Amino acid sequence: MPTKLIVDCSTGVTTEVELSQDEIAEREAMAAEYAAQKAQEEADKAAKAEAKAELLDRLGITEEEAQLLLG
Amino acid sequence: MATYQLISSVTVGSGGAATIVFSSIPSTYTDLVLKTSLRTDRALEIDAILFTLNSSTSNFTFRRLFGDGSSATSDTGTRTVLLADAATSTSSTFSNNEIYIPNYAGSNYKSYSVDSVTENNGTYGRADLIAGLWSDTSAITSITLTPNIGPNFVQYSTAYLYGISNA
Repeated sequence: MPTKLIVDCSTGVTTEVELSQDEIAEREAMAAEYAAQKAQEEADKAAKAEAKAELLDRLGITEEEAQLLLG
Repeated sequence: MATYQLISSVTVGSGGAATIVFSSIPSTYTDLVLKTSLRTDRALEIDAILFTLNSSTSNFTFRRLFGDGSSATSDTGTRTVLLADAATSTSSTFSNNEIYIPNYAGSNYKSYSVDSVTENNGTYGRADLIAGLWSDTSAITSITLTPNIGPNFVQYSTAYLYGISNA
């Protein structure tokens, strides 16, 4: 069973207690949400890179040449 | 003259820990500083650590500058995260994080800054600088750190909470 360390700053005493079922469920939900967010970021990044490559291809120039035009 | 005093510290034991909580933080200081050295058992080189104040997970906003082995960029977000080394980082390495929270016991919104870096003898490493705001007027009485994936902090991860007094 996962545990949490609670440091009571008023006493300096640290206790280790098991997570409740609610806390475990919350952690699992957080992890799922984070994984979904990361997957979306990766998908967005890949889509942007693909769109950029397609545009360069249509223009018939390289990325370095595009940078020169924008510079 | 400002003073810098250790309030409490914790070192994770051999069984690991899913969460670290500093509770009953006294309101007698001006600012708080939390220094951590963290590693989780996530099966990657890096993990994110969620930073919670007074058990609240809402009203957080931040701007972050970060760089890794290949690029540097910035973003914004709602839940501030720290960095932790994870299971495939070089063994026995830990990230370093410092969170500075000025005027933590006041009745205004709470700003904070975070300086984080991972440690890894490999191509991947990451450093973050964060400017954050918790839009809540409550005095901060507890701070909770939780691995976003983990699920556990591993043995010898540490957290030290200091109080700064301005007089």
